[in-house]
Amino acid sequence: MSTTTPGKLLASFQVNGEEREVAFAPHETLLEVLRERIGLTGTKHGCELGECGACAVLVDGEPVLSCLLLGLECEGRQIETIEGVQRGSELHPLQASLADLGGSQCGYCTPGVIMTAKALLERCPSPTRPQIEEALSGILCRCTGYLQIFESVEEAAATLRAEASS
Amino acid sequence: MSDEIERSVDPPNAGTWNVVGKPRRRVDGRAKVTGQTKFADDLVLPNMLFCRLLRSPFPFARIKSIETTKAEGMPGVKLVLTGKDTPVTYGILPVSQDEHPLAQELVRHVGDPVAAVIATCEEEAQAACEAIEVDYEVLTTISTAEQAITTPEPQLHAYAQEGNVHKRVALQFGDVDEALENSAHVFEDVFFYEGNTHLPIEQHASLAEVDKDGNLTIWSSTQTPHYLHRAIARALEFEPHRIRVIATPNGGGFGGKSDPFNHELVVCKAALVLGRPIKITLNREEVFYCHRGRHPVQMKFRTGVDADGKITAMDLETLLDGGAYGSYGVASTFYTGALQTVTYKIPRYRFRGCRAFTNKPACGPKRGHGTVQPRFGQEIQLDKIAVALNKSPVDLRLNMLVEPDSLTANFLTVGTIALKECIEKVVTGSGFRERWGNLPEGRGLGLACSSYICGAGLPIYWNKLPHSGVQLRLDRMGSVTAFCGATEIGQGSDDVLALLVAEVLGLDPQDIHLRTGATDITPVDLGSYSSRVTLMMGHAAIEAAQRARALIAEAVALKLEVPKGRLVFAGRRVFDSQDPEVGMTFREAVVEGETLHGTLGTTGSYRPPRSPARFRGGGVGPSPAYSYSATVVEVEVDPDTGWIAVDKIWIAHDIGRSLNPTLVRGQVEGSVYMGLGEALMEESIFRRLPGKLSPALVHKFPSMLEYKSPTSLDMPEIVTYLIEEPDPKGPFGAKEVGQGPLLPIMPGVANAVYDAVGVRVDENPITPEKILKALEAKRKGKEPRYGPKSFPEIPWEDPFCVSPPWEGGDGTADNAPQRKRAATKEVYR
Repeated sequence: MSTTTPGKLLASFQVNGEEREVAFAPHETLLEVLRERIGLTGTKHGCELGECGACAVLVDGEPVLSCLLLGLECEGRQIETIEGVQRGSELHPLQASLADLGGSQCGYCTPGVIMTAKALLERCPSPTRPQIEEALSGILCRCTGYLQIFESVEEAAATLRAEASS
Repeated sequence: MSDEIERSVDPPNAGTWNVVGKPRRRVDGRAKVTGQTKFADDLVLPNMLFCRLLRSPFPFARIKSIETTKAEGMPGVKLVLTGKDTPVTYGILPVSQDEHPLAQELVRHVGDPVAAVIATCEEEAQAACEAIEVDYEVLTTISTAEQAITTPEPQLHAYAQEGNVHKRVALQFGDVDEALENSAHVFEDVFFYEGNTHLPIEQHASLAEVDKDGNLTIWSSTQTPHYLHRAIARALEFEPHRIRVIATPNGGGFGGKSDPFNHELVVCKAALVLGRPIKITLNREEVFYCHRGRHPVQMKFRTGVDADGKITAMDLETLLDGGAYGSYGVASTFYTGALQTVTYKIPRYRFRGCRAFTNKPACGPKRGHGTVQPRFGQEIQLDKIAVALNKSPVDLRLNMLVEPDSLTANFLTVGTIALKECIEKVVTGSGFRERWGNLPEGRGLGLACSSYICGAGLPIYWNKLPHSGVQLRLDRMGSVTAFCGATEIGQGSDDVLALLVAEVLGLDPQDIHLRTGATDITPVDLGSYSSRVTLMMGHAAIEAAQRARALIAEAVALKLEVPKGRLVFAGRRVFDSQDPEVGMTFREAVVEGETLHGTLGTTGSYRPPRSPARFRGGGVGPSPAYSYSATVVEVEVDPDTGWIAVDKIWIAHDIGRSLNPTLVRGQVEGSVYMGLGEALMEESIFRRLPGKLSPALVHKFPSMLEYKSPTSLDMPEIVTYLIEEPDPKGPFGAKEVGQGPLLPIMPGVANAVYDAVGVRVDENPITPEKILKALEAKRKGKEPRYGPKSFPEIPWEDPFCVSPPWEGGDGTADNAPQRKRAATKEVYR
């Protein structure tokens, strides 16, 4: 980490597999660095206080709330955002199932849901309904009533298992 | 809106629909799951500046002076605005233009904006806000509706009807006192419904710019771009044709983004002054200050029934705590008395409502607007009546349902009503008849029903213009673009638009390009409120698509030498129904159409049918159609702690026709979820800071952590039944679903608590503390109930008296002037 202009830092991260060198003030959160410095606005914010879960991204594969993490804490780490989930022009099974099964209405909590569910399915390919409920309990959704989200995650899990076994 | 297109339940291709009724990925689904949907705060323009607002720390104060010199000299600061820069009022309703972009003489709630700073970054703008010195003279705080009606001074608004009474209304349909006197039983009950808020996950954000031609553009998270357009033209005295309002997709609205907001006007003003793009994004605390949420309402029901339990008359009084501004409040007040009559026959009916101003953020429309609170009281009271008369709550209701195609006492036109089917579905599904009253102590079932409008029958600005317009363009590449002012707030309005156009033209919804919610290019649609979009935009879309289809069919018929009546539009082809091989692709068909007619474009419009209500106040409640819902809620209550767990919910909704069942189910379950939040935990409550610190009346919970809402761990199992009885007034028979299914949940929970532990909680939310207090009262031999003891004395005016249709009434009041006729000329100021 080096200092550039007064009050700013220069740090580099792996964002969705690509090296990014970014200048930002030390108080900036990972959320702000992603949205305002790198221009990846797919990650959302609903409170910037760690209450709503909309800003969840993966850091080294673990879901974290990007509004509670300073950008400088992420130097050299692997960051994955919603922009990195698609497979080329094809949707990831989680994206496809949320779109198909009503798991996304206004879509504002959706990136946080997808990143969190992706981490869940990577460590637990056949989650039970209570495990899904538990994993997503930190993300508020005001539209769906959650049930169609749960079903979407179950459908994606089945698709991913089928992919893995083929 | 000519008569050339006949609207019917079965438009072309009846019975062979390719899109209608099929569960499908919504057309905007891909953008939402890839993070590509651009919400207002995702927008960035070159040379953009940022705005922060300085907000009042006092609930009620007079501004003696504002000193901005220091702030103006701070780093990065480009502009400081105060009330003197924004002297013109605005507001959503023509009768309550009582807001200013920045406060003038008075601040009326904690969070009321006093000044704005525009700077090169948010931090600088915030620092400069804190450097502004405001000298306040603190005034006596009006904290509750009851205090407001007895405390005329200090007055929040000089235009109030009287003191701090914003508005009192009184309507009577038949001689209610006589009917109550002659009733076998009269039940009198008082209820209180605490306020709560929308809590959309997206914080409001707006970006304004003056473009290269000097015109003003604002991108904003608004549900009502057309009304925002009007407010900007008025408050900033800017020519309306030089403004464009673009509603970005809303990250949830639920009514909370339906008013024009001070921050929207401030960034427009700043853009006009500085000539640069200005953005504002509210923080979560500020979203609580925008509010416009559910009004706290006190209610008193006096309901007469005959020996069978059938309602003979109802006398309803409501008192609404409106907060600091008018918002939709006059409409909200009328809505608390509008829809009692559309579920059960009420032969005579009196409604008196009062809205008061208090020093809290303004209340307004939240999902179910104004009808939620009295439905809570009405459905609990019916449960009490059933118990008192030793009748089944099911039969009590089934015995007095409103007839289809009938007029109510207050002149609402009910068309289709599948409430009976809804009740039977949830009663059968839950085993209610066998299990209600027979479950072990601590477990209970509750039944409740409701209804909601499918769009307000009258626009906010009375005129004879269409409520919704759709424009289609088609060209030789086979592309179809649909333009409509409707606003996507997550409910699926884009999907409804695309699917209806696609159905009529034989295309896939994904084939349709959409341009929505942009007031420079899209025909006016009044906005995403009052559950109006599917029905109103839907008709406009069908009309535009049918006109396009007719133009194309004419050309194709000539080319193929087939009568145009035999042509089918399906599977991206146009072909002869008698010989499907004879046909052409849709693109070829558009080429034929463009060759014959020239450039292809069509329009469609919709205006609701005229209401038979001709009395003043009769403008709230009429709708082209009413949706119906019924629920059975199963709860478990711990008698030692009062803890309440909702285990399962059966919900049936009379949808008319389900256009995209995936989305319809999502609206039903989302409504149940939001209703459960209201029933169990959500409340906007305020507290006074200790006098020594400040006299402020502040939100107890202006954060998402403390304003409790249900998480994924709190959701019960939901069994959803969609009842499809096509309504001739709806597009393909469809009715609303976004709001109605919320309404029965709260009374359903309350009724289930009674079945579980034998106590009544006549106050929402229904918390363990309240249950416990009611249980304690029961143990002590007192009335086993928690709730308000009385309803305040209100000096009601004599009501406008309208005879019900069955007593010879013609929809006019006997003792008052008729409702003003719709204005034919628009006045902007």
